[in-house]
Amino acid sequence: MAVDMELEAVLRPIQYPMVPYPPKVITLANGKKMVIRQAMREDVPAILKSVHPCLFIERDYYDIVSARLYGELLAWYRYRVKSEYCLMGQVDGYLVGVVNGRLEDEKVGMSYHTLAIDRGLRIGSHLFAAKMEYHIEYLNQDAVLIVAESPIGFRRWMVEYPLEATKIPHELGGGDSYRLTREIYLKAKPRLVVGDRPVPQDLMDEAMADIKFADDNTIRERIAGLKGR
Amino acid sequence: MRDVAIIGAGMIPFGRRDEDTLMEMLAYAALKALDDAAQSDTGHVLPPIDAVYVANMGGGMLQRQTAIASSLVDRLSLMPAAAETIENGPASGASAVKNGLLAIASGYYDCVLVVGGEKMREVTGWRATDFVATMTHPQAEYPYGITLPGMAGMFTRLYMEQYGVTREHLLAISLKNQEMGTLNPYAHVEMALDRDGIFDSPHSIVNNPVTADPLHLYDLCPVSDGAAAIVLCSLELAKKLSKPPVLIAGFGQATDTQTLQEREDPTDLKAVTIAAQKAFAMANLTPADIHVAELHDAFTILEIAESEHVGFFPKGEGGKAALAGKTRLGGQIPINVSGGLKARGHPVGATGVAQLVDIVWQLRHELPANRQVQGAKNGLTVNFGGFGNNVLAFVLKRVEQ
Repeated sequence: MAVDMELEAVLRPIQYPMVPYPPKVITLANGKKMVIRQAMREDVPAILKSVHPCLFIERDYYDIVSARLYGELLAWYRYRVKSEYCLMGQVDGYLVGVVNGRLEDEKVGMSYHTLAIDRGLRIGSHLFAAKMEYHIEYLNQDAVLIVAESPIGFRRWMVEYPLEATKIPHELGGGDSYRLTREIYLKAKPRLVVGDRPVPQDLMDEAMADIKFADDNTIRERIAGLKGR
Repeated sequence: MRDVAIIGAGMIPFGRRDEDTLMEMLAYAALKALDDAAQSDTGHVLPPIDAVYVANMGGGMLQRQTAIASSLVDRLSLMPAAAETIENGPASGASAVKNGLLAIASGYYDCVLVVGGEKMREVTGWRATDFVATMTHPQAEYPYGITLPGMAGMFTRLYMEQYGVTREHLLAISLKNQEMGTLNPYAHVEMALDRDGIFDSPHSIVNNPVTADPLHLYDLCPVSDGAAAIVLCSLELAKKLSKPPVLIAGFGQATDTQTLQEREDPTDLKAVTIAAQKAFAMANLTPADIHVAELHDAFTILEIAESEHVGFFPKGEGGKAALAGKTRLGGQIPINVSGGLKARGHPVGATGVAQLVDIVWQLRHELPANRQVQGAKNGLTVNFGGFGNNVLAFVLKRVEQ
């Protein structure tokens, strides 16, 4: 599709400058090493392939989270959202989870979604923590606005941190926002934010190579199968 | 009193069975046990099912469904068989088996079906924890917010102080049972744990957080859906079947105070000791005669404590034995080769029956080599109700044809 760059200059939102998220590695409960790194815009088509099968999983609100994440990533890919970023978790090169968000302004972040494609290993918790780490420690923001679409999200974010309730609307249009402040983040950090830097070169090379994906059936089984947690 | 044997055993995979109703799960497990018995009945000697006992703890609260046994006999077209639902907390399964056993031993019934099942995953973890906590004392415990994990945490702390149990000992149970779960197709949790990931690494603080100090996430069993069933008849009749009968050689049941603080020594699980002693006495066997055991490890500390209270190890030695590998497959006394509640899962009403199913498979030597205790002839189960205030133990024995 031809792109009219003159028109694009009008349609594309401005972008705040964003320092890159430095990758880190986390040892999971099964001993596997998960690399969390920032996704590049050109990674989006590959990531969407893993998000796609989740669109049809009703369990634990995977369908709505996946559908919205899919749209958000596509909007980022096509330059239709302001200052969005995406972090992803990879184990042995395989994509196991995705988180995204954006900058509402230079001091306030807007958390979007957390999608764990492999379950039972607290991958979602680690990725959400990385997202908060990015906003507070690297983008130097004062607060992040967050809503949960699933009871699991509510337990993991609102209760575990714990976040403060506000009356501020969230752009996802659901319930009122909860807020992570710098103070809340720093208090929760010792028990919820982990990871080692720098990532060993062999792991980094594996993560930066072509992103690997489980097949659709495997993804559905991991999320919604009998053993799903 | 007639000797009673298990002639059919069946189970459905435990896990999160969103697609099945409680009644469907019970029916699937029942059909598997009935089919197992029927395959053995090449001479067509088995009589119709006289009675059905169904173990279930939460149908009334979680599914708004009562009179579950009456519904199941209809679902299975087993009318006019007698039918009763047995609710005895997490020991409901073993209680239902006991009722079936006594009914046949008395001579009143000839063939009985016992089914245990629970559907716990259709509510949130918080509600499931609250539902299980309803078994605690209604005035002295429950109103103050006690939960079973909380109780187990306090019990563990006391056990650590009195008997030197350490997190390393608890860890040995988690690692062993989840490793065995990876080999069991019926297990809810089929994920081996890594010591670094849940203990040594600083990242373990997130992977394996404190749940009820000093217990961590992987010290607890999962909340599961599942069902299991067995068929009982007299040993005399069972000997006419093709598969080796498994004799219920002994059983024991004992109770204790409902609240832990009323016990002279809260670390002394008297009901476990008494139930096991009764079972051993009836079977005319000792702990040293047991080749495989399924103990009620809803929390890792319970496998250690029960292994001592039933007489496998002296008090204070259970944790060390686990750490030394004595309770692994191939060890001195393999415990929870199925993965136990820790990995197979703990659908409360199903657990007591599932323990017997696993031991039946062991004693018939039907399991794959990586799960089979070679030459096993005698097995033990312990089903632990409340926090040790209502306990049942069974000693099973392989009968050579």
